[in-house]
Amino acid sequence: MVIAKKNFKSRLIVGTGKYKNMEECAKAIEISGADIVTVAVRRVNILDKKKPLLMDYIDPKKITYLPNTAGCFNSKDALRTLRLAREMGGWKLVKLEVLGDKKNLFPEMIETLKSTEILTKEGFQVMVYCNDDPLMAKRLENSGASAIMPLAAPIGSGLGILNKTNIKIIRNQTKLPLIIDAGLGQASDATIAMELGCDGVLVNTAIARAKNPFTMALAFKNAVVAGRHSYLSGRIKKILMGSRSSPKKGII
Amino acid sequence: MKKIKKIKIRINGKIKTVKENLNLLNIIKNFKIPLKKVAIELNQEIVDKKKLNKIKLKTNDKIEIVHFIGGG
Repeated sequence: MVIAKKNFKSRLIVGTGKYKNMEECAKAIEISGADIVTVAVRRVNILDKKKPLLMDYIDPKKITYLPNTAGCFNSKDALRTLRLAREMGGWKLVKLEVLGDKKNLFPEMIETLKSTEILTKEGFQVMVYCNDDPLMAKRLENSGASAIMPLAAPIGSGLGILNKTNIKIIRNQTKLPLIIDAGLGQASDATIAMELGCDGVLVNTAIARAKNPFTMALAFKNAVVAGRHSYLSGRIKKILMGSRSSPKKGII
Repeated sequence: MKKIKKIKIRINGKIKTVKENLNLLNIIKNFKIPLKKVAIELNQEIVDKKKLNKIKLKTNDKIEIVHFIGGG
């Protein structure tokens, strides 16, 4: 998968939140085969210096950190967060996520669009979390987004892809990397996303909160590969009636 | 001996009393924060980490020190 001219071997991006501990997170990422992980920017705990650091468990030299603005509800906060992320070590490839509603966590698209324009001008490569609206996806593309990341369903809901038609329309209109972000619940949801022609999927809760995050990480890894092969292979046409698989000739 | 004045600053939302003559680098080092793994803001402006020792603090300065944590 190529994003902002950089080649990534896996089409599965995983989040690093919601795991029981850092060890579990690091192991699940390793099993998933992901080479991009999303990370959040938060205050250092100045009182508890022994708290483990993410960088001690996941090496940013081996795995691409994708700083995310999760938790930001306006453009100002999102820009501040990503500028700090860039300061930390030169991160230019970032995930923009500006939320609009604390309950459903849907993206606030006006603020998202505004932020995309500013960040692009500042030299960021912006992967944009958005709703599954083809018109808004087009506007993001025109604003210089590096990847379009529509939700499948509300963040953490596990509902799977709710609007396949819109995802297909977005696929057909854009050459940008199209990555399903948020709302997947099980491995087959990732396969469906890939079969719709998406370039990748981003998964956090479905792996981190599975009863067994390790086997679920493996399941998602395989599901993404299966979906991609299925998409590239060209599926058969759907027909209403049966079509026999064995020849009539020679029936005894 | 001249008594060193103390000032109140806010670090990551917590009020701290520190000696007036300290610079930002002293403060960060006092908290044993690994400089390479953080980014620092002073009054909402990002600070160049190479220039921390040149920044003197004054009362009510707001310092934010952030790092990466797990997130989706």
